[in-house]
Amino acid sequence: MTASSVVPANLERFPDLHPALDSQSAVAEANRCLFCYDAPCTAACPTHIDVPRFIRKIGSGNLRGSALTILDANILGLSCSRVCPVDVLCEGSCVMHRYNKKPIEIGRLQRYAIEHGKASIACPAPGDAALNVACVGGGPASLSCAAELRRHGARVTVFDNRPLPGGLNTYGVAEYKLRPTDSLREVEMIRAMGVEFRQAEIGGAIPLSQLEAEFDFIFIGVGLGAMDRLGIPGDQLPGVIDALRFIERYKTQPSFAPGRTVIVIGGGNTAIDAANAAVRLGAQDVHLFYRRTPNEMPAFPFEYDHAKIEGVRFHWLAKPIAVVEVAGRAAAVRFANTRLTGPAGDGRQTIEVIPDSEYEVACDTVIPALGQSRLTSTLHLEINGSSVAVDRPTGRTSNPKYYAGGDCVNGGREVVDAVADGKRAALGMLSNGMAKHG
Amino acid sequence: MADLSSTFAGIRSPNPFWLASGPPTNCGEQIQRAFEAGWGGAVWKTLGDPIVNVSSRYSSVDWNGQRMMGLNNIELITDRPLETNLREITEVKKRFPQHAVIASIMVDSNREAWHTIVKRCEDAGADGLELNFGCPHGMSERGMGSAVGQVPDYACMITEWVKEVARTPVLVKLTPNVTDIRMVARAAKRAGADALSAINTINSITGIDLDTLTPRPNVGGMSSHGGYCGPAVKPIALHLIQQIAADPQAVLPLSGIGGISGWREAAEFILLGCGTVQVCTAAMHHGYRIVEDMIDGLSNWMDDKGFRTIEDFRGLSVPKITEWKHLDLNYKIVARINRETCIGCDLCYIACWDGAHQCIHFDARPPAGITVTPVSRPEALRATGGPTPPARIPHVDETECVGCNLCWLVCPVENCISMAKIDTGAPPQSWAQRTEA
Repeated sequence: MTASSVVPANLERFPDLHPALDSQSAVAEANRCLFCYDAPCTAACPTHIDVPRFIRKIGSGNLRGSALTILDANILGLSCSRVCPVDVLCEGSCVMHRYNKKPIEIGRLQRYAIEHGKASIACPAPGDAALNVACVGGGPASLSCAAELRRHGARVTVFDNRPLPGGLNTYGVAEYKLRPTDSLREVEMIRAMGVEFRQAEIGGAIPLSQLEAEFDFIFIGVGLGAMDRLGIPGDQLPGVIDALRFIERYKTQPSFAPGRTVIVIGGGNTAIDAANAAVRLGAQDVHLFYRRTPNEMPAFPFEYDHAKIEGVRFHWLAKPIAVVEVAGRAAAVRFANTRLTGPAGDGRQTIEVIPDSEYEVACDTVIPALGQSRLTSTLHLEINGSSVAVDRPTGRTSNPKYYAGGDCVNGGREVVDAVADGKRAALGMLSNGMAKHG
Repeated sequence: MADLSSTFAGIRSPNPFWLASGPPTNCGEQIQRAFEAGWGGAVWKTLGDPIVNVSSRYSSVDWNGQRMMGLNNIELITDRPLETNLREITEVKKRFPQHAVIASIMVDSNREAWHTIVKRCEDAGADGLELNFGCPHGMSERGMGSAVGQVPDYACMITEWVKEVARTPVLVKLTPNVTDIRMVARAAKRAGADALSAINTINSITGIDLDTLTPRPNVGGMSSHGGYCGPAVKPIALHLIQQIAADPQAVLPLSGIGGISGWREAAEFILLGCGTVQVCTAAMHHGYRIVEDMIDGLSNWMDDKGFRTIEDFRGLSVPKITEWKHLDLNYKIVARINRETCIGCDLCYIACWDGAHQCIHFDARPPAGITVTPVSRPEALRATGGPTPPARIPHVDETECVGCNLCWLVCPVENCISMAKIDTGAPPQSWAQRTEA
């Protein structure tokens, strides 16, 4: 499989974080798997891929069967093999840990199986009585929902407001984990299953009422909204760009460069992705500021370790006070030192600012990575906290015509969680539809 | 320090490790290098009338990522001129007078032909003769090799011809491709053979190329059955050795062959009565240098066990094999699982349920809920490592356990499952005793 990228220079700047396995090492690694009974890795996967089964098929040389085993549980098995935090999922639960051995490299084996398995999924043509479903949003939740519905003979249309479907898989994942071309390859596989894709703004060009009239069910997989602003003076200046827009831009615009000094604000995985990318894009100094300590940082430990190796410098207990303007652009960030003041209600340490502790750090680009806002206000569905409320096993919302899944339901987790949500919702609609049609 | 020197049917060698007749003993230059590496003896690649070999001669069976668990060949006897081989035998013996050089021989079933080759080999300086009655491919189609070894009368007749003129010890190499190896062994002994070597290779087809549908090795689109050897055949070879060693009408000094690749296998063959062992596949795989650890390992093991010479432990395991009907029916063992070291793979559970006696159980497992990726730090920490969840640790119902060993065999963790002896209080009783009573 030849590597390609929307921005060709990214192939060199962002080589694969975990290189592909060749066939001999894949078979050797597959043969290390113990083939556990009722395996913990399968239980730990939100989509419950039968991991020992697909690995055994790699060992036996049945690569098409292996790929189909994966895709049967998780239609986005390729992107998940690249982006899943396997250390806290399948590989984290591998029994080898308890035997002082390296866990099986499930993620890399999964990528190998799908890239070499040449699997295609045959779907029955939709009959006259087939369910007709609209999936709103073109990200992992909708893609998974659409694929599952097609496999059961339903008619599905995916609506996305962007030029390319795939959602964050196409626009928002660090390039060394997943390239847009890989995400689009999965979209093409799902299109080949008979799913129709339309670019349209739902609620804009097409009102929800029109979808309600045209479709039996509507799946909401719209993800989250724009990233939160810093909420401090200067946070809208040129030179301030939130992490998701930053990632999207370097993945799609060949000439994009962040300047010499970059400040990233936030302690999550997206903050780390942005900081690493800034290094790869040529920034000399990349500083990540977080208002608590490494112990409270929500980023996975392996992401933190990776950023340290990339050369990102971490600054703890620092809260941004203002973005400083020079000549109409962001030129520095003013921080104040903080201290932890004991656990808050949710167990996370609260902080207070230490008086007279302010300092400025000069920069060319400021990248806030504070989390995303919710998009749910226009939907007229019951909201739980700030997410769409659903019946978890079926994805059904307060309005029986609507189902939902992915980040807009779970508040922002991993691709694999969105895939699991989409699949559950598809099965929920199918059993509901079955009851309806008798 | 153990003394590994060997006297086998009158043939002396510095140690019991001989190279078996085959590609590693094709010429004098090779055998001299082998002796320099430490081999105690070598059985020259079979001498006989001129033949022509095919190209593409070996094929193998790989297992679980390891190469050459079993090897198959369709190569015939030596394709070098007899005069050259004989001259080199003389040269090798001159340079290595303390090492054993055995001439493996095979000619047409004709008294004259056998008399001639025996005399020429002995004149060249061979310390002994090994009659190749075992080669199962090619030569057997011409009435030689295993075609002789499969018919006790032929084996007896040719051995008698050889013994009429031989001045050196005569070994008869047996084929395993018979229903009862003792019949040919007895025939050889009746004819006056001085020793037996076993086993030769086993008839085999190693596999088929699933693209071309041609079995391996592929000789221009066709294949032929060959002779199987290597680690895979050791258990078969050990059994056949034991059959001969336990049969007074067949037993002679034994040179053990079949899947020996290290000192451990060598010790096993000697414990079943062999005075020397012969190695081929392992030397083909890794070179003559493997003999260093065979000597070193066997010597260290003998020191640990207090054996000074090979004779001190040769045959000690022969009396420990008996007929099934004499085994103690009241000997009882049960499986015990160490909860501290169990990693929760649960292979023992499924093996017991599907392949054995349904006596390994779990406590009730919690119902599966919806799984999500841990995003908070404490969630993530819980997801990796940590002790085996109690619900994944199986336990054995000892009242139902029959002590079959299967769970212990499949467990990947050393010493996690052990087989514990249970005192039933009943006196030993065998099937023979029970049915007598």
